[in-house]
Amino acid sequence: MIAAARRLSLPLIVVGLLLLFPLATTGFYLEFTSKVMILAIFALSLELLVGATGLVSLGHAAFFGIAAYATVLLSPKYGAAGVFWILPAAVACSALYAFCVGVLALRTKGVYFIMVTLAFAQMAYYVFHDTPLGGGTDGIYLNLKPEVMLFGARIVDLGKPVAFYYVVLACLVLVFLFLAVLLDSRFGRVLAGIKSNEQRMRAAGFATFPYKWAAFTLAGALAGLAGFLVAVKDGFVNPEMLSWHESGAVLLMLILGGMGRLSGAVLGAFAFALLQLFFQWDVAFGSFAKHWPLMLGGTIILCVAFMPNGLIGLPGQWRAWRARKAAEAARV
Amino acid sequence: MSDAAAPLLRARSVTRRFGGLTAVSDVSLDLAEGEIHAVIGTNGAGKSTLINVLSGEIGITSGTVELLGNDITKRSQPARAHAGLGRSYQRTTIFPRFTVFENCRLTAQATRQRPWNWWTAASSCKTSTALAREALDRTGLAAIADRTAGLLSHGEKRQLEIAMCVATRPRVLLLDEPLAGMGAEETERMLGLLSGLKAGHAILLVEHDMDAVFRVSDRITVMVNGAVIASGVPAAVRADSEVQLAYLGEVNA
Amino acid sequence: MDLPTFLVQCLNALQYGLLLFLVASGLTLIFGIMGVINLAHGSFYMIGAYLAFSLAPVFGGNFATTLAAGLVLAVIFGYLLEWLFVSYLYERDHLQQVLMTYGLILVFEELRSILVDNDVHGVPVPAWLSGSVQLGDLMQYPVYRLAISAVCLAVAAGLYFVIARTRLGMMIRAGSSNREMVQSLGINIKFLYRVVFAAGVALAVFAGMIAAPVSSVYPGMGAQVLIVCFVVVVIGGIGSVRGAFLAALLVGIVDTFGKVLFPQAAGIAVYLLMAAILLWKPEGLFRQG
Repeated sequence: MIAAARRLSLPLIVVGLLLLFPLATTGFYLEFTSKVMILAIFALSLELLVGATGLVSLGHAAFFGIAAYATVLLSPKYGAAGVFWILPAAVACSALYAFCVGVLALRTKGVYFIMVTLAFAQMAYYVFHDTPLGGGTDGIYLNLKPEVMLFGARIVDLGKPVAFYYVVLACLVLVFLFLAVLLDSRFGRVLAGIKSNEQRMRAAGFATFPYKWAAFTLAGALAGLAGFLVAVKDGFVNPEMLSWHESGAVLLMLILGGMGRLSGAVLGAFAFALLQLFFQWDVAFGSFAKHWPLMLGGTIILCVAFMPNGLIGLPGQWRAWRARKAAEAARV
Repeated sequence: MSDAAAPLLRARSVTRRFGGLTAVSDVSLDLAEGEIHAVIGTNGAGKSTLINVLSGEIGITSGTVELLGNDITKRSQPARAHAGLGRSYQRTTIFPRFTVFENCRLTAQATRQRPWNWWTAASSCKTSTALAREALDRTGLAAIADRTAGLLSHGEKRQLEIAMCVATRPRVLLLDEPLAGMGAEETERMLGLLSGLKAGHAILLVEHDMDAVFRVSDRITVMVNGAVIASGVPAAVRADSEVQLAYLGEVNA
Repeated sequence: MDLPTFLVQCLNALQYGLLLFLVASGLTLIFGIMGVINLAHGSFYMIGAYLAFSLAPVFGGNFATTLAAGLVLAVIFGYLLEWLFVSYLYERDHLQQVLMTYGLILVFEELRSILVDNDVHGVPVPAWLSGSVQLGDLMQYPVYRLAISAVCLAVAAGLYFVIARTRLGMMIRAGSSNREMVQSLGINIKFLYRVVFAAGVALAVFAGMIAAPVSSVYPGMGAQVLIVCFVVVVIGGIGSVRGAFLAALLVGIVDTFGKVLFPQAAGIAVYLLMAAILLWKPEGLFRQG
C-alpha cells in the first residue's frame, strides 16, 4: 500500500499541477503545454514498445502522422465531423498500418528490426510527401475541428484552448492509467518476460510472436491517438510529422526521461520540449540560437553517455555513486 | 525404477546437420517415467544440439520425436512445451530483475495464458501462483521466494532454473548441465533435488560431472562426434570398451 | 519502351546501384565487424558532396585533385572520429548507439550549415568527362555517368581483393567472427577497427564526391541515402559485402525502373521490394555468421 502510494506521488503531483496550470497562464504557454501533453501520449505509446517489450522502433512517427492525416482527410469538406466516429476511424488507420508493418517487421530482430521499422515509416512518409493524396510537401488544412456532440448538444468545444487542454489532459491520464494496468496484467508480464529473455518464454510455452504483434499494433493505435489530437489542435498536417526526425525525437524522449517507467516517458516528453525551447531562446544564446540542433545534438550525446537511465534514474544513479564513494572511503 | 509402460519420449534416428557438419547423427533414445537418463560425451559430441533439437529450439534434419505417443517432430518449441516438454538451460536463463516467485509464476502462466484479460493484475492469477508455490516447494526455494533473482548465489540460480522448468508441470524434463559451475555442497543439493524429481517425470540429463552422472542416473547414453557409441545401465556403460577408449584412450580389461 | 530508352534506364540503374554499394558496403562492414549501427553514415555521403563543392575553387576546378584531397581529409576525419567517439560505442547497446549517432547527425548537419550553407548547389562535371556517347539514332548517354559506374566497379573489385586476398582482409574477417581470439593473437584490434571505420567513411565520402555532379548537392541527401542503404543492408544481410553488392544493384534496378514505369508509386517501390524479401528471408539474402 505504502509502496503504491510512493510510486503514485510523482504522477499525482504532476497531474495536480497540470490541472491548475490553465488558471495561471494563457496563450502561448497553454498551447505549448497542450502540445507537450500530446507528445507525452506519443512517448507513452512508444514506451509500450521499447521500454516494456524491448522492441526498438525507429519508425514510430508513421503511426502518429497517419492518424493525423486520416483526421483531416476523413473530415467532411463542409461541416464538422463527429468526434465519436472520426477519432476511432483515425486511430484505426494507424492501427491497421501497425498491424501490417508488424507482421513483416517482427520477423526480424535487433538491428534489422530498427532498420526495417525506419524503412516502413519512410514508405508512409513518401506516400504523403510525393503523392497528391496528402497535398504534397505543403500539407493540408483541417477546415473545421471535430465536434463533440452527445444527444444533439455540444458538450465540449474543441476550438477553445482551455477546453482542448483539459481534453488532452484527460486523454493523457487515461492512457497512463490504461498502460499501468495493462503492464501489470498477464499480457503485460509476458511482454516483460519477452524483453528479459524471449527464448526462455518460448521454452515455457508462450508463442511470443502474437504477443509482440499485439503490442506493436496497440502502440501504433495509441500513437494514432496523439496524432489525432495534434491534427485537431493545429488544424494542419504535413508530411514532416512522419519523418524520421520525429521518430528519433520520440525515442530520445524515452531515453531522456528514463526507460522502463511510464513516468519516465512523460518526464522525457516535457524535458525534450523544454530543451528544444531553451536552445532556441535567443536571450540565452543570441544569434547562435538558430543553430539549436547543434546544441541539441551535443546534449543528446552527453545524456545518453552519462545518464543511461534518464532523468528518472538520476536518484538511483546518485545513490549508486554515493554508495561507491562510501565503499572506497571505507577501504582507505 | 522404470515400469513396462511406453516411454514418455521417443527419439528415433534424430539427425541434425549444419551445412557440411553433422552435429547429431542418427541418435535414438527413450525416456521412461521415473528414470533419469543421462547423455554424456566429450566436448563437441553434440549433446547440447541434441537437447536443442528435442526441445524444438532448432530444426531437425531427419528423424522423429514422439512425446506421450504423439509425433511432435514438426511442432514449434512453445507447442512442445504445451504438450508436456520442459527444458532448462546450461547458461542461466532466469529473469534477473524479477523475484524468485515471479520467475516461476511467469513461466507457469504459460499453462493458462488468458492474455485478453488486461484489467486483472497477473499476480492475482490463481493458476500460476499455485503452480509457482508448488514448484518452489519442490525445489526447496520457498524460503527465498521474495528475493530478487539476480542477487542469488550461483547454486540458487541453477535451482531456480530447474524450478522454472518444473513450474509448467511438464512430464518430460530436458536438463542441460544443471550442475554447471557448482561446488561440492551445491552439487549434493542438486543431486538430491534431481532424485526427488524422478517421480512423475522422465528426465534427460546432459552432464559433464562423471561421478554425479554415475550416481544418479538409471540409464546412460554416450555420444562421440554426434553419434551414440553406447547406451545402457551405468555398470554396463562403465565396462564398455568403446567408452573406455573414448574417455581414457585405452581399454581396461 | 524502346531499346535505347531501356538501355539508358539500365545504365542509370547500374550507376545508382553501384554508388549505393559504395556507401552501403561501409555501413555493412562497420556493423558486421564492430557491431556498431551508425546512423550518421549518410552524413558522410553528404559531407563528400559538400566537400566536392567547397574544395573545387581551391584546386581551380581540377576534379582529380579535389577528389584526392577529399579522400585524404575523409580518412583523417574517419580515423579521428573512431578514436574520439565511435570507439566508445562498442560496449553500448543498440538503442544507445542509435541515439548517440542520431545526435551526431544533428551536429554534422548544423556544422555544415555553419561552415558552408543550407543551399542547393551544383558541381560542374570535369571537362574531360563531359562528352556523351551515342546510343542508337536518337539517344545520348553522358560519359561522366559511365565513368562513375566504372570507378565504382573498380572500387568494388579492389574491396573484394583486399578482403578475400590480403592479410588485412584476413584479419578483418577473423576479427568479425572472433574478436578476443584475434586480440590474443597479438593483432592490434583497436587499430584494425580504426582502419575499417576510416575506410567506411572514405568510401561514403568518395561516393558523395563523385555523385555530386549528377545528383547535385543539397542538405537532405544524407538522410535520403542512409535510409536506402538500410534497405540495401537489410536485403543483402548484415556484414556481407557480397550481399550489399547484389542488393544495391537490385535496389538500383527496382528504383530506376519503378520511377519510369510507375511514377505515382515512385519512392515506395524499394520498400515494397524490402517487404517482399523479408517475407521470404527475414535475415537478408546473405546473412553472415
